[in-house]
This record gives sequence, structure tokens and C-alpha cells, in this order.
Amino acid sequence: MARRTTVGLKLLMAVTGLLFVGYLLLHMYGNLRALAGEEAFNGYAEHLRTFGEPMLPYGGLLWVVRIVLVLSLVGHAYSAFALWSRAGSARRTKYAAVKTAMRTAWMRWGGVFLLLFLVWHLLQFTVVKFSVNPDEQGAAVTQNPYELVVASFQVPWNTLIYVLAMVALAFHLSHGAFSAQQTLGWTMTASAYRRAKIIGHSLAAVIVGGFLIPPLAILFGLIP
Amino acid sequence: MNLTLKIWRQAGPRHQGELVTYKVEDISEDMSFLEMLDVLNEQLNARGEEPIAFDSDCREGICGMCGLMISGEAHGPERTTTCQLHMRSFHDGEVITIEPWRANAFPVIKDLVVDRGAFDRIIQAGGYVSVNTGAAPDAHATPVPKPHADRAFVAAECIGCGACVAACPNASAMLFTGAKVTHLSELPQGQPERMARVVSMVEQHDAEGFGGCTNVGACSAACPKGIPQDVISTLNKDLRAALRA
Repeated sequence: MARRTTVGLKLLMAVTGLLFVGYLLLHMYGNLRALAGEEAFNGYAEHLRTFGEPMLPYGGLLWVVRIVLVLSLVGHAYSAFALWSRAGSARRTKYAAVKTAMRTAWMRWGGVFLLLFLVWHLLQFTVVKFSVNPDEQGAAVTQNPYELVVASFQVPWNTLIYVLAMVALAFHLSHGAFSAQQTLGWTMTASAYRRAKIIGHSLAAVIVGGFLIPPLAILFGLIP
Repeated sequence: MNLTLKIWRQAGPRHQGELVTYKVEDISEDMSFLEMLDVLNEQLNARGEEPIAFDSDCREGICGMCGLMISGEAHGPERTTTCQLHMRSFHDGEVITIEPWRANAFPVIKDLVVDRGAFDRIIQAGGYVSVNTGAAPDAHATPVPKPHADRAFVAAECIGCGACVAACPNASAMLFTGAKVTHLSELPQGQPERMARVVSMVEQHDAEGFGGCTNVGACSAACPKGIPQDVISTLNKDLRAALRA
């Protein structure tokens, strides 16, 4: 079955990866609303839940998106680990002298780091909702999305974790967004190949830049 | 020039191998890399030692027989085959590590010689192309647009040396398989069996134990013929089309 080949696994990785790119763009837009103040940010968070009413129940669309994302994550990680293990056993005798590209290692270990960050990030802002800021505790903080975000990123070590994750994301996206296009067969000419590389780097710059603005603005006191 | 060589010695497929250090002296910088090894082998013969086994045939960069991992780079520091690499690319006193291609799908036969039969089996899996036999057809009977002809030629430049597999962090043979797929996919003669061919070749590629492609391009950088990575894109597209069909 062609579906079970390494290329089939890569197609799964490419499609799920592109879904994540789309989601990241929306997420980034939501984060940037924090620059417009509490009302804009919390209003956006609330609209995500009322979107599609009354055709959809309260929070309906959000749950559809969450299910798609979880399934994508399972597919993305499954294909990544399957290909990683396969690559590991395709060369059992290693070279004594090596001069190889580091990007594959960056994708794999960076991806593992992003997965760990994702667990931390979801616990912090979605599943448990806790404040790491000793001065800002209580339900008034944790139940108000804007307050929770501001309180969390006033803590330097928490912002540092976030910045490190964004560095990993930048490397992951700049190669991943190109690689997905290559895997989907959209880069069959030299010019399409160059364009795919540029798209990869641009997406990484835009997304990571957009994600870094709100936390850094909070850390440096630009958002009170 | 005088050089220190660390060369992989392995008596046979089932033997343990190791890097053995040799010194060579008064090497001309106009020698090719393989001529330098010939000099070393003559010295070994004179001393009654087993000469180093390595592959070579045409020694003019067109057959794809030679191929050595030279200090961590497939075919060494220049973009060419090992036979067309000259000693002027190295400096006096340099320590050079020489290893065979490393991939489970390319088992070592002896010293620096590997069995690349896996490539032949991928080609065999590709099967036949439907062409009429008999008298040669008129040259203009089947028109091929220039861009397609050019791309088919670029892909057809692959000499199957295996440098792509050797350089790939995943020991993947996707550049080789992609070049062979693209070569025929660009031409009218390759169309009737196009979908079946890509599926069989990719399945054979995986069955041989090669790794998957991560699109990092170490293959194209090492390829003595400069086969571009976009041939892998064509393979991917053809496989996707075959999945839908």
C-alpha cells in the first residue's frame, strides 16, 4: 500500500503541519488583540465561543477546532516518530567523520521541545489556568484571560520559556513550511522551489514575530 | 605532499571493520584521489600486505562506480565524483578519513566497496515503458516541449553513485528514486505506466531499508551531477496522484 510508505507518512505530516500553520496565524491574531486592551482581548476570547450561534452551541466551533488540532497533533507526532525511528535504523554503522546538515536534528529535537512546551502552555492557559505570578493570584486573575496573560508574562522566567519555544518554533516553521510544500509536490520547478523556501522563512518570521510582541510588551511594561 | 590517511578496513561482509592509519609521501597535487590510493596500494603490495579494495571504473566522472566518504563528505570537498577529485583540494600534512558509504541498504562487501544492488532493484521495480518496437520512429513523431525535455535530461544525469544516500542524515534514497521517476514522468513515453511505476519504486525503496526524506537537501549538495531536490517533489506529486487514482 502506497499509503503506508515513507512518502505516505510524510504526506500526513505535511497536511497536519499546514493545519497547524493556519491555526498559528489565527492564534497570533488573537494574541495581538492584547495590544488593544482588555476589552478587545477578552471580547475576542468570548467571540470564539459564541461564533456560529445559534446554529452551533456555545463553544461549539471551539471544540471542533480543538478536536481537529488534537487529531492533527497525533498524526503529526506519529509520522514524525515513525520516520525518526526508521531513519535511525537505516544507518546502523555511523560515520567516524561527519559533516552533515543539522536541520534534521533541529526539526526532531525542536519538535520534542515544542511538544513539551505545548503541554506546559495548555496547562497554564487552558486546562488548569494558573498564575505563576506570586503577586497576582486568585480567581479574578485566573478566570480573566487578559489578566492571566498579563500576570504570567510579567514573570521573566515564564517569558524566557516562551521565547525559547518561539526560537524552536522559528526553526521548525522555516524548514517545516517549506518541507510541507515539497512533500505535497508543489515545488516541481526551480522557481517554485525558491518560492517555497521564501514562504517558509517568511511564515516563520511573521508568526514568531507576532507571537513574541505581546509577551515582550508585557515584560517590559508596555502593557500595564 | 605528505598525508595521513585513516582508511576503513573490513575483510568481508561479516567481519568487524576498523579505521587503519597509513602515511603516504610525495603525492603530486595533480593526482586524482583514486591515483593517490593506487600509490598507497602499490606500497602495500610491495610490503606484502592486502591492498585496499575500492570501486572505480571509467575514472572520468560518468559511470557512477566510484564513491568514498572523504572526511565526512560524499566524494570529498568538491562537487564531483571521487575519481575527478584531485589532491590539490587537500593540503600538505592533512589527515583524511576515508570510509565506505554507510547505509544498511548498502552493505559493505570489503574495505571501501559497498553493494549498491538496492538501486538496481528500485530500477527493476519501475518496470517497463510502453514503446513500439520495429523501425526507429521519426524524431518529430512524438513532440516533447523543451522545458520537459530539459528537466528530463537534468534528472537523467543521475549516475546512481549513491552519494545522495551516503550524505543523507536519514540514509534515504529519495533523490535517486526521484531522479529516476522524474526522468520518465517528464516524457510522453513515460506516461502510460506513470502511476504504477512511482508506487512500485517507492515501495521497493522502503523495502530496501532506506530512510524517509526530510527535505534538508544534503543529497543535492553532495550529488556530483547536481540533481536538484525538486525531483523529489515530482515523485511526491506522482505518488499523491497515484493514491487518489
